Amino acid sequence: MDALVANEVNYATVGSPLTGGTRWDKPMQVSFENVVRTFGATPALHGVSLDIRPGELVALLGPSGSGKTTLLRILAGLDIPNSGRVLFDNEDALKLTVKERNVGLVFQNYALFRHMTVLDNIGFGLRVRPRSRRPSRKEIRRRALELLDLVQLSGLEKRYPSQLSGGQRQRVAFARALAIEPRVLLLDEPFGALDAKVRRDLRRWLREIHDKTGHTTVFVTHDQEEAIELADRVVVMSQGKIEQIGTPDEIYDEPNSPFVFSFIGESSVLPVKVEQGKVWLDEHPLDVASGKIPNGPAQLFFRPDEVEVGSDLPGAIVGVVSALRRHGGARRVELEVGDRRDHIEIELPADYRLNVSGRISVRPRRYRLYPAPTPNLSELIE
Amino acid sequence: MSDLIYGLDFVTEDRARSVTTERRPVRIALILIAVAFLTIFLLLPLVSVFSEALRAGLGAYWEAISEPDALAAMRLTLLVAAIAVPANFLFGLAASWAIAKFEFPGKSVLNTLIDLPFSVSPVISGLVYVLLFGLQGYFGAYLQSEGIQIVFAVPGIVLATIFVTFPFVARELVPLMQEQGIGDEEAAISLGASGLKTFLFVTLPNVKWALLYGVILCNARAMGEFGAVSVVSGHIRGKTNTMPLHVEILYNEYNFAAAFAVASLLALLALVTLVVKVALEWRFADQISASGRH
Amino acid sequence: MAGARGLALKRPSALPGFGLALGFTLTYLSLIVLIPLAALILKTASLGFSGFWEIVTAPRTLAALRVSFVISLIAAAINVVFGVIVAWVLIRYRFPGRRVLDAIVDLPFALPTAVAGIALTAIYAPNGWIGSWLAPLGIKVAYTPLGIGVALVFIGLPFVVRTVQPVLEDFEREIEEAAASLCANRRQTVFRVMLPALMPSILTGFALAFARAVGEYGSVIFIAGNIPFVSEIAPLLIVIRLEEFSYAQATAIAAAMLFIAFAVILFVNLVQAWQRRRFGQ
Repeated sequence: MDALVANEVNYATVGSPLTGGTRWDKPMQVSFENVVRTFGATPALHGVSLDIRPGELVALLGPSGSGKTTLLRILAGLDIPNSGRVLFDNEDALKLTVKERNVGLVFQNYALFRHMTVLDNIGFGLRVRPRSRRPSRKEIRRRALELLDLVQLSGLEKRYPSQLSGGQRQRVAFARALAIEPRVLLLDEPFGALDAKVRRDLRRWLREIHDKTGHTTVFVTHDQEEAIELADRVVVMSQGKIEQIGTPDEIYDEPNSPFVFSFIGESSVLPVKVEQGKVWLDEHPLDVASGKIPNGPAQLFFRPDEVEVGSDLPGAIVGVVSALRRHGGARRVELEVGDRRDHIEIELPADYRLNVSGRISVRPRRYRLYPAPTPNLSELIE
Repeated sequence: MSDLIYGLDFVTEDRARSVTTERRPVRIALILIAVAFLTIFLLLPLVSVFSEALRAGLGAYWEAISEPDALAAMRLTLLVAAIAVPANFLFGLAASWAIAKFEFPGKSVLNTLIDLPFSVSPVISGLVYVLLFGLQGYFGAYLQSEGIQIVFAVPGIVLATIFVTFPFVARELVPLMQEQGIGDEEAAISLGASGLKTFLFVTLPNVKWALLYGVILCNARAMGEFGAVSVVSGHIRGKTNTMPLHVEILYNEYNFAAAFAVASLLALLALVTLVVKVALEWRFADQISASGRH
Repeated sequence: MAGARGLALKRPSALPGFGLALGFTLTYLSLIVLIPLAALILKTASLGFSGFWEIVTAPRTLAALRVSFVISLIAAAINVVFGVIVAWVLIRYRFPGRRVLDAIVDLPFALPTAVAGIALTAIYAPNGWIGSWLAPLGIKVAYTPLGIGVALVFIGLPFVVRTVQPVLEDFEREIEEAAASLCANRRQTVFRVMLPALMPSILTGFALAFARAVGEYGSVIFIAGNIPFVSEIAPLLIVIRLEEFSYAQATAIAAAMLFIAFAVILFVNLVQAWQRRRFGQ
């Protein structure tokens, strides 16, 4: 199957099982403008703005409390912002109730209707339509079976949810959401309740489905591996604000803040000082470009596996080995660095010869430099 | 657009909640139906007890409840409860200790047996004792020859009351103790405590609120039991009448005000029981078993 | 003692006191429950099947059984409808006085049956608070089967409410949100998705209310007319037979009541087990 460019999916040519001349056969664009949501005195979203392109698979990534689920729920119509706008194809979506928004929702705990068969679950959205828009019973059954086929669960239509595995239940939940020909698919930590292996399989499967059907899809996750692997673009959120938006490559290779750097992938950090346009660790200058960072304290971030080592590299970080660990096929080395004995971790091939309390110099091949966080004003006054 | 009161945005919260709840008019209608139903069927009878009791005035009220037969009925009620409740208390402790802390075959049969009084009519509960100890009962002849009176006397009333109320304490304790498991007790034993000490200082404190809850319910039922006691009692005024039976006698004599006066005392007991029950549930919900809803 | 324990216990235990506790429990149960029950079974058996059948199918007995079971069924059904509404309102809505209302639901548990009986009679008698309203309309409640129904509704309500409440409380909000996102309106969500899922607990509440109603005595005998064939309940007939010293007859009726009630409960349990298997827990 050829990879399809998300922005240019045309429903008709992809052969979606759901073509039927409905209004939503083109994937939809979604925008947030300055969305604010506070719960009592606690702000959950601080004026978030975001544009999601038609047909895009976007990940809302962040730790718990970052506001990502709140944003999704506002998109779904399950929650209302205190202020701000939400637009579906430039139409105000906040005027519409959940029913009217025609969004496909998939929950972490599946939320399947326990007392209905798989087939009845999938067809539910079609059966509850008002008479004028409701397809015939035969038609509903046909569509449901088609969707069952799409999610690769043919033959299970008469089963009840309690008779399915977690991965199967989630796929039924997908099929159920797709049945109503949603304008946008919203997934709330869809693989959170599943085993690691099932999770990986379903990730791959989700990407395939998305490429096949081309819906605009937004999914919430706290698993950065998942976001990087799946999404066209990743929205990294923290404490109700968007930290960075970008493709997986951009997020991984060019994180724009300490938070994003440490949240995505692994990181080591060293407190350094910028002075006279150079970067200093204690009194040694480092072979690190200071860029636009102003003079003053700063933080040097790099990934453990993006370093070169030697016994005496110029402008390198010198450290004393304090611990050694196996890590998969490589070796993790913990180093004590500098006067304050800061700890960093680097990764080396397993067969690299090293002893505890040996000295080694490390030069990051790739790194980011950020100004150190300013202390609290009140702390200063204290 | 939004009203900020105490930092709460009511309009937004209401609209946000509206996805999983009914429209306002529907909600109000349902609340009204529920309130009306509860008022008519439950509240009204309660209120009427007190209103009828005081209908003939406070003087008559006082007379009714201080009359000798009424006092005798109260004494008997208290006596029966004073025997039945502690007995069932002990039973509850023993049964829950055995069921919750050990594995043995026939446990489910035991559990079913303990639940038995709930599925049996109170009249039948009294009937079985008459079958055993009544004049024509299996032991009737023997008892008569020994001059022992069980049925139509206080012992019969006590037995019937015990039958009807013995599950209450056990039912509260068993699920809770099962949930709590045996970890604490095993720890205590391993530290050298004797069985009794473990039971007194480790097990009991863990279930003290559920125990109180069960005792309160047991007591309310013991004092208020009517059907079973009616069958085994001789309805002898001043001798074998508990308060509920006395109420019946007064009522059948068309002495309504007096009947309601005595009944009002029982109703007060019920109110006190309810208040204590609600208070316990409110504050110690997690320490009272979830299934103990009787 | 260790040997006896070893026999009885499925799994060895370090905790002491098993023999004592179980011994006391079994003795107590035997004295209070098992021996009396054995007397009941023995007496019933001594009638022989034809004797039993004759008593049970006597016209007056049949009428009493019919009155008890039919009115209990109807009362339990009424309690299901209103009980679910009450449980819904108590769990899902917030309004002033909700806590008080919640406590009132337990009143039939706490109030002695005789007290409830005379109170209900006072209210529904022709000169009572509600009876006087209904009298001009030609509706008589006290001393009629209708009165029995009212009393049985009174004592059965808490069973339905308290059984449904916890299940409703734990109901996953996401299921409702999923249904709403699938374009179901509120009515469809409630009737097609939520109520079917609550069915097991509703059935249990119904069964409990029914079982209690069938055996109820104190709340009913004051407000019923106690007229044979019309408003005489089975428990009352048992008492009458006992007063006549017709132990055999009383026992037969009691046994019949137990059989039928047991059958109903068994049926309900079977339905629930089937549901649990099909739909999972």
